[in-house]
Amino acid sequence: MTAHLPALGRRSLLLGLGAAITLPRARVAFAQAPGEARFAVVLLRGGLDGLFAVQPYGEPGFGELRGALALPEPGQEGGLLDLGGRFGLHPRMPQLHAMYAANEALLIHAVAGNWRTRSHFDAQDLLESGADQRLNSGWLNRALSAVPARPGAQPNGLAVGADLPLLMRGPTQVGTYSRRGGGAPSPDLMARIAELNHTDPLTGPAIIEGLQARGYAMEALGMDAGARPPPGGAFRTLAQAAGRLLARPDGPRIAAFELTGWDTHAQQVNRLPGPLGQLDDGLAALKEALGDHWRRTAVLVTTEFGRTVRINGTGGTDHGTGGIAFLVGGAVAGGRIGGDWPGLSERTLFQGRDLAPTTDLRSLAKGLLRDHLKLQDQAVARAFPGSDAAAPSGGLLRSG
Amino acid sequence: MDAQPVIAAIRFAQGRRPADPIPADPMAWLDSQLAPGLPGPDLPADLPATLPAIFAAGREDTERVRAGGMGRPNQARIVQTETAAAIALSVGGAQGFRERLVAFWANHLAIQRGRVPLFAGHYVREVIRAHVTGKFEDMLVAMARHPAMLAYLDNNGSIGPNSPAGQRMRRGLNENLAREILELHTVTPAAGYTQEDVTSFARILTGWSFQGQREPYGFVFRANAHEPGPKRLMGRTFPPGQEGGVMALTWLARHEKTHRHLATKLVRHFVADDPPPAAVDRIYGVLRDTGGDLGAATRALVRLPEAWQPPLGKLRNPQDYVIAVLRAVEAPDDIAPRAANFMQNLGQGWWSPPAPIGFPDSGAAWSGPEIMVRRLDWANNISGRGAGRDAAEVAEAVLGPICRPETLRAAARAGSAREALTLVLVSPEFHRR
Repeated sequence: MTAHLPALGRRSLLLGLGAAITLPRARVAFAQAPGEARFAVVLLRGGLDGLFAVQPYGEPGFGELRGALALPEPGQEGGLLDLGGRFGLHPRMPQLHAMYAANEALLIHAVAGNWRTRSHFDAQDLLESGADQRLNSGWLNRALSAVPARPGAQPNGLAVGADLPLLMRGPTQVGTYSRRGGGAPSPDLMARIAELNHTDPLTGPAIIEGLQARGYAMEALGMDAGARPPPGGAFRTLAQAAGRLLARPDGPRIAAFELTGWDTHAQQVNRLPGPLGQLDDGLAALKEALGDHWRRTAVLVTTEFGRTVRINGTGGTDHGTGGIAFLVGGAVAGGRIGGDWPGLSERTLFQGRDLAPTTDLRSLAKGLLRDHLKLQDQAVARAFPGSDAAAPSGGLLRSG
Repeated sequence: MDAQPVIAAIRFAQGRRPADPIPADPMAWLDSQLAPGLPGPDLPADLPATLPAIFAAGREDTERVRAGGMGRPNQARIVQTETAAAIALSVGGAQGFRERLVAFWANHLAIQRGRVPLFAGHYVREVIRAHVTGKFEDMLVAMARHPAMLAYLDNNGSIGPNSPAGQRMRRGLNENLAREILELHTVTPAAGYTQEDVTSFARILTGWSFQGQREPYGFVFRANAHEPGPKRLMGRTFPPGQEGGVMALTWLARHEKTHRHLATKLVRHFVADDPPPAAVDRIYGVLRDTGGDLGAATRALVRLPEAWQPPLGKLRNPQDYVIAVLRAVEAPDDIAPRAANFMQNLGQGWWSPPAPIGFPDSGAAWSGPEIMVRRLDWANNISGRGAGRDAAEVAEAVLGPICRPETLRAAARAGSAREALTLVLVSPEFHRR
């Protein structure tokens, strides 16, 4: 099972970005250096429905608006996980719930950046650029330019996964990390497996749906080529491996992850728990792998937008505006629901359909750069040009 | 091969390894696994495995952290070694029925490994494994005295408000353990208890705690934290003191609704997602007549005609599936440490149910599209290890007459030996038990 062993990516070398991760034997002590804080950003591409992940079950009208997407209240069978009354966490996120209970998770509703587009790609570009227009570098890379390099150590930044996201592109060298191959059967073998199971009432539909969720077109299941490669349920493995690298004295300090599967226009009640569980597993794996460094860690989990408040006609939700951000880590002042809750009444909804944004994503990110990575104001401004209107959020961190 | 030995191995145990002997009398083979003296997990001699040794190892970790050290190496070693040893017994062992019973009862009185890493393995060995063929009341009392459960469900911090400690510290009850014992472990809400019963039971259990800093390194009854006076629970009065708690637990363990609940869960686990009422009645009757003898109930379970009727309809949960696949490909023992990761990735971490209610036990719960497709990825990965192995021979040795002709045909037409083996391992019949 060598396929389970992680491989170090060489893509950054191929891209001319330099400095792929190597594993030097020398262990350099960096205790208490400015770079001891660990920071990670997890991009949920596709638009997570924040109202499904963290449900305001106590809100008047919530059940009517959400229909089947409103889960039973905490304490009932299959019910939400209690977040202290009023809000409940989706039951597939027990590990995040444990972090919340340990005051290590801050959950913020009604977050949006400086865009109001409902296009995935425009919104993601702006989220990653950190500016009012698409740039060729990402805000995390520009922030990294202000973090001192450590002689003999690996680059401070680490892009985790198959792609180098715009968030991490730019002038500062970063390492990359991905894993080799994986064991996913070829599309042809998948087609044979689906055929072998298709008459089975349990495994048949589950396999078909699972393959569709991975982007296999039905007709492509019968063909050798043309099917998109599966994005892989590998977030946990990646998070674990990246966490180990981040824990090394000479390892990177700041990592970017991306996770797909959030664009749930249909059958959301069945399709979103999988990705939520994956995210939950990955965050727990990251925590475990970081070990003692978890207390110096802040992880920002963010998405390009929220989704419509009302359930649509196919049991899903459509692209919306105010979304959710999770801030987790031992350094985070968590155990609470942050931000200002805008309400769900007709007149408070944005354009009568979306959760109205009340927290600027840039304020959250800038607060973390300033208080967690201890960047100077100038450096924060370079990361988020033209963002004077979005002042850094305070109080996100235990010591900050 | 006849169907009966295969059904015994799949329905009641953990699937066949190809070289396993075929029992001439499957019922006797199952019964033999209910006898005393079967081995437990094989732990290294130097692993802290008794409560005093575990507490000492935990203290050493704490001192290390206080001195600025990183991590908790003793704790990490204990939890990883206990996990791997338990899984190795399932993957390589010849007592799959007993291991299934251990998993069933560990899930009934569930803890979360991550919440009590030092104690999880000890808990399953001493509370669950030691009592799987004993009296349910003994298992329940052992549970309520174990540091793992006392810590997991917070009873060690529950203090009688009118006890000396409660008066001094102005602290009070924690209802968590009392509520879960009533709701999940014993009588269930079907018994019609009230919130006042929950609170009262919590008062009964005040003082049930543990001492890890000095003797006795384990359960202690803290009389100064115990709520004074007799207490009512579901219409009965229990005296103050530790004895009152033992009496209440014993009474709950023998309650009709408890026997009904246990019978339903056992039949759901070993027979069908929708337990046939006649089968539940049969097991219920045995529990009632024997005062909750789990060995007697288990012997009755394997004698249910419903349990032997193919086709086998239960979906293997991810742990069962991983174990059955690893047995089928004769994975080496050293796979065990990684097997825990496989299970986690397929949605069912070892001793890690998301809540005290334990993992669900239905096909609907384990056939989500994403985890089902992850099974396919994983099975294909594993069959890469077994390349060259004849898929038809594996199918005959582990599935016997249960293997459908369609599966054998698909395997015969596969493009490679590896793909043929994958197809057998992901066939509908291999997903079942």
